[in-house]
Parts: sequence; structure tokens; C-alpha cells
Amino acid sequence: MQATLDQKYNFEIIKAFSVMSIVYLVVGTGVGVLIASQLAWPFLNFDIAELTFGRLRPLHTNAVIFAFGGCALMATSYYSVQRTCGVPLWSNKLAWFVFVGWNLIIVGAVITLPLGITQSKEYAELEWPFDIAIAVVWLAYTLNFVMTIANRKTKHIYVSNWFFLSMMVMITLLHVVNSLAVPVDMFNSYSIFSGVQDAMIQWWWGHNAVGFYLTAGFLGIMYYFVPKQAGRPVFSYRLSVIHFWALTFGYVWLGAHHLQYTALPDWTGSVGAAISLAMIIPSWGGAINGMMTLSGAWDKLRTDYVLRFLIVSLAFYAMSTFEGPVMSSKTVNALSHYTDWTIGHVHSGALGWVAMVAAGALYHLVMKLWDTRMYSSSLVNVHFWLATIGAVVYIIAMWVSGIMQGLMWRDYDEFGTLTYTFAESVAAMHPYYAMRAVGGLIYWAGGVVMLYNVIMTIRMATASEAAKPATATA
Amino acid sequence: MSDNNQTGPIQKKFETNIVVMILITLGLVSVGGLVEIVPLFYLDETMEHNQHKEILWDRQAGQTLNDWQAGDGVRPYKPLELMGRKVYLREGCYLCHSQMIRPFRDEKERYGHYSLATESMYDHPFQWGSKRTGPDLARVGGKYSDDWHMLHLRAPRSVVPESVMPNYVWLDDATIDPATTVKTMEVMRDMPISPVPYTAADIASAKAEVEGKSEMDALVAYLQVLGTMVKFDETKDYR
Repeated sequence: MQATLDQKYNFEIIKAFSVMSIVYLVVGTGVGVLIASQLAWPFLNFDIAELTFGRLRPLHTNAVIFAFGGCALMATSYYSVQRTCGVPLWSNKLAWFVFVGWNLIIVGAVITLPLGITQSKEYAELEWPFDIAIAVVWLAYTLNFVMTIANRKTKHIYVSNWFFLSMMVMITLLHVVNSLAVPVDMFNSYSIFSGVQDAMIQWWWGHNAVGFYLTAGFLGIMYYFVPKQAGRPVFSYRLSVIHFWALTFGYVWLGAHHLQYTALPDWTGSVGAAISLAMIIPSWGGAINGMMTLSGAWDKLRTDYVLRFLIVSLAFYAMSTFEGPVMSSKTVNALSHYTDWTIGHVHSGALGWVAMVAAGALYHLVMKLWDTRMYSSSLVNVHFWLATIGAVVYIIAMWVSGIMQGLMWRDYDEFGTLTYTFAESVAAMHPYYAMRAVGGLIYWAGGVVMLYNVIMTIRMATASEAAKPATATA
Repeated sequence: MSDNNQTGPIQKKFETNIVVMILITLGLVSVGGLVEIVPLFYLDETMEHNQHKEILWDRQAGQTLNDWQAGDGVRPYKPLELMGRKVYLREGCYLCHSQMIRPFRDEKERYGHYSLATESMYDHPFQWGSKRTGPDLARVGGKYSDDWHMLHLRAPRSVVPESVMPNYVWLDDATIDPATTVKTMEVMRDMPISPVPYTAADIASAKAEVEGKSEMDALVAYLQVLGTMVKFDETKDYR
């Protein structure tokens, strides 16, 4: 069975993306733990320019979003598009070009970001030569995906592919517009936009990197891997249709809610907030669609640790897509903006939703691609609990510190003067910054457990594969 | 898929034809961006200087950037400030410091008058930031002496014990490159959108302005001009 699947589909490329994704999970969250610790104990900057918070923070975000997230998306989308279309990838060579290109860009990021080579636009810091390379590789990735769908044996295009495709289309548009810059030299360029327009374009990119890359793309993962792992069809086709259309149309508008009460005109922020509130509906529709796929098979959660990752990720998805609209409303935003609450919100999405659904899908992939069981299913369970506890500790620390910051900054004493200096609010954050670093460390340890388990699984599978022909010939 | 698989004609076309799927998706995702972004380039109300001319520096022929006085209105950065801003970007200062004061009582008392769009009109890219691990810097200019800034940048905890900022000990030894300064000003002047109005004389004098200056000098010059360009009239509502 596996031998025929191997011949029918391109599995080697999926293997490569899957393994790199797990490696980048460990690296990216590891850098995160370091920079979280720097905020609690600033001596950890070591007075070395390349290791300071300001230079490593872009490395952390790029590593988790584009290295870990990107490889996870490329592995899962290239796998599920083959399986749902019943054909191999359109071009194996192009797929390897994407793999090599994407990883070279990541290596470039690891070298240049600590050197301070940056465009300074959040989540799009890489300088212009990399921006061009990203556009080329991303379009090659998209072309291969689209042509594979064009070659499909099925009449209908499966729902996971709609979500992957909307991500590819939107990210192309966002990346090209947001990265427009005029170079001074090879490693320095300046955005062609300025001030308020640049701010709006940056957050149009910033929120849709979340909305399409980290949401639509990972919903594509959810729509393929949750039904597969549960052995049940998707709960509701109609709900997935509504989910897709509402999300694709609506998410684009949300960027403006990052700029409430700023010099961005009021109408823009209000439009962003209104649509943000409305986005609860498709988001929860999607979360319910994923979770209810388990209806009639809930008992599987007791024994199937991979399924636990997938279902708990949907719980985090539902939680953060409720929290997001709340934070985008003007009243709450007045308090939460500029505070750690935003960081907590991002991480409930990133640690709880993105990385958990990806981990579930990657475990599923490893078992399918190497045609084996996991080396240790109890280690999968250990990873599950480390990830869940780590994420919850992190989020709670940031909720407390974020709300406390917001309240301290606006607090007045009985004489009508500000109660706290800014420095006092910084000092008050220390225990929560320490707690956040611990939460991150726990989460990172889970990633290390996963990497170990996957390496051992691959070794085990390769060893038994090597043993097979030997026995056959003997 | 389990339940009702009946679909309308558009949905059917969408999920059976990849070209249609791409085109519909592209159309859908373009709407929000077009509605929210494009008007910002042409609606006059977006930039406050269209109603309040005095907040933009009315530069007379022959005036140099050094003829500008604090409060004369928004002007392009001087060469040294521009290079200081480059250091600010490189070190990722915007990750912990915002430059965007919101119109709230506490922010006014802590930082000063709320920020205007016009104040960052020459900022390629914008530096509003999104997080205040440290305080807002939109109006930090003139609040502390140059000496304080230098002490603080070299060893923040020597002047603010609670600070978690890194020590920027390498800025004193690095010098500003005059050639890069000129090139950067030319790039800003030739921007296809929102070009910065540098004159030929501004660019010609740039080399002399930055000659022998350290990155520390440049960064402090940049910090000291932040928020000092506009003289606010408390009786006016600028938005």
C-alpha cells in the first residue's frame, strides 16, 4: 500500500518540509524564550549588538511565522492537495526549488536580522533583495499548487484547498504592496510610503499575515487533517462555505483596528472595528465546524493524542477569535493598545492555535509519510501537556501584565495627578515577564520532545524499511 | 462532506473551476484594502496641515534647514537626524517605543499633545510603533539634556534603575558615513510617493554636517527633534 502511494505521490518533498518545520519550531521558540528573558533580566543582552532584544525580536517573529509556519504550510498544503486531487504535484522540481529557496531565505534572515539589516516594518523586516526572493519563491509555490489542482481527478475542489489558495493569493498581494521600497544600497532601503499611509499599509499587511497566513492557511490544515485524524467527514459543508466566504472577504478589513485613536482618520479605525466584531461569526462557525467533526467519535480524544492537539487548537482558535474583536472595540483598545495584552493575544493564537494545529498535522504526516507509528505515543502526550500548560502560563502572565500596565498608565491619585511614573509600571512587570519566560520555556521543551520523538520515529521506520528487503532476499 | 451538498451556481462554478476560484478570491480580498487605504492618499482631511497651514514649515527661498526654529512647523530631518533615525530603525527601537500619542488625558499629561498625521509625513517608513515596553517618544525632544541621553543610551540603569533597555555601548565608536547620508537624502527626495522636499543646497551641505559625528551624536540629534516641530495652540482642535 505505502509503496504504491510513494510512487503515486511526491512524498520526499513533504518529508523535507515537515522535518524542517519541526526544527524551526524549536529554534524560533528558543529565540523567543531568550528575548522574553531579556525583558525580565536585561543583563542577558550581554552588551553585544547582535544579541540585543531589538535585533532578535524580528528574528523570533520571522523564525516562527515564516520558517516554522511556512514550512508547516508548505508540507501540509502540498500533501493534502495531492491526496484531495488524486494526482502527484504538478512539478517535483519546482517543489524542490521552493524548498531550497525558502530555506535559503531563512538562512539569510538568520544572518541579516541580528546584523540590524532591516526595513523596520513589523513581520516584514527582511531587506529588499530578500523581498524579491520571497515573491519569486512564493509564486513558484502557488503555481505548483494551482497547477496540481488543475490536473485533479476529482470534479470538485476540496474545501482545504480553497483556504490554502486564498492565503496564497492574499499573501502575494500583501507582500508586494507592503514591501515596496527604494534601495539606498544592497542592504538598506526605505518604504515608498510614509506616515499615516505607511501605517495603514503596514497593518493591512500585519493583520492579514495573521488573517491569511496564520489563519486561512492553518484552517486549510484543519479542514484536511481534523477529518482525516478523526476518521469522520467535516461536520457541515454549508458551514465551511460560509466560513470561507465570510473570512476571505472580512479579514482584509481588520488591519485598521491596530490604529485606533492614532493619527489614522477615525472612520478607518471604526470600519476596522465594526468588521472585526462581525468576524466572530465566521471564526466561531469554523471552530464549531472543526470540533463538531468529532461528534460521535469524542471517545477518540481519550486515546488519540494527535487528535487532542487538533481539537485543543480549535478551542484556542475560538478563544482568540473572541478576544480579538473585543480588543478591537474602541473602549477596550484604549486600555489594551501598547500593552502586553496584545502580545498575549498574539501568543494565544500562535502557541495555542497555529503551533498546536500544525503539531497535530505534522504528527499525522510523519506517521503517513514514513508509514509507521510514532516512536513513543506517550511522548506525544507529554508534548501535548507541555504545550498546553506553557501556552496557558504565557497567556495568563500577559493578561495580568497587560491589563495592569494599562490601568497603571491611566491611574490618577486623589490630587488629580498621575499616580505612577512610567518606570514604576516597568518595575511592576518584572514578575510577569519572568512568568512569561517560564511559560515559553515549557512550550519550547514540548517542541524539543516533539523533535526527539520525530527523529526517533524516522530512525525506527528507516531501520525497519532497510531490514525488509534483506529478509526478502534471504 | 456529510450534510447537504446542494450548491448554488456560483459556488458550483467556484469549486469546480480553479481559474474562477482564483479570480473571485482576488476580487474579494481586494475590496477591504481598496476601501481603507486608497482614500488616505487623496482625502484632504487625512493630513491636518490642509486645514492648519501653520503646522507645516513655510520654507522661504534660500533658507537652509538650520534656519528652522523649534515650533516653525514640520520639516524634513536634518542630515544628522536622518542618520540618527537610521540607527533607531537598525536597533529596533520601535519594537519597545511608540511614537504616537493618543488623545487621552493621561497621555497628554505623560507625553504631551496628541500626535498628528502631518508630524510623520516625511517618515519613510512610519515609526508609530505598536508596543510600550518603554515610554512613548513622540515628544521626547527637549525633555532631557544631550548628556542625559548619552548616559542613558550607554547604560540605561545608571539613570533609570527600573529600566529593562539594553546598553547601547557600540554607538560611540561607530561613525556616520557622509556618502551614505547623501545617498539617503537623495532617495528620500526622489520617493515616488510623499517625496521629502530636500533642496540641492541641503544635500550639498550634508557631508559637512555629519563629518566626524558618531552614531551616538546622530541618535541623540534625532531624539531631540522628536515632537518639537509643531507649536500647538491649545484652543485648536486639529483633527
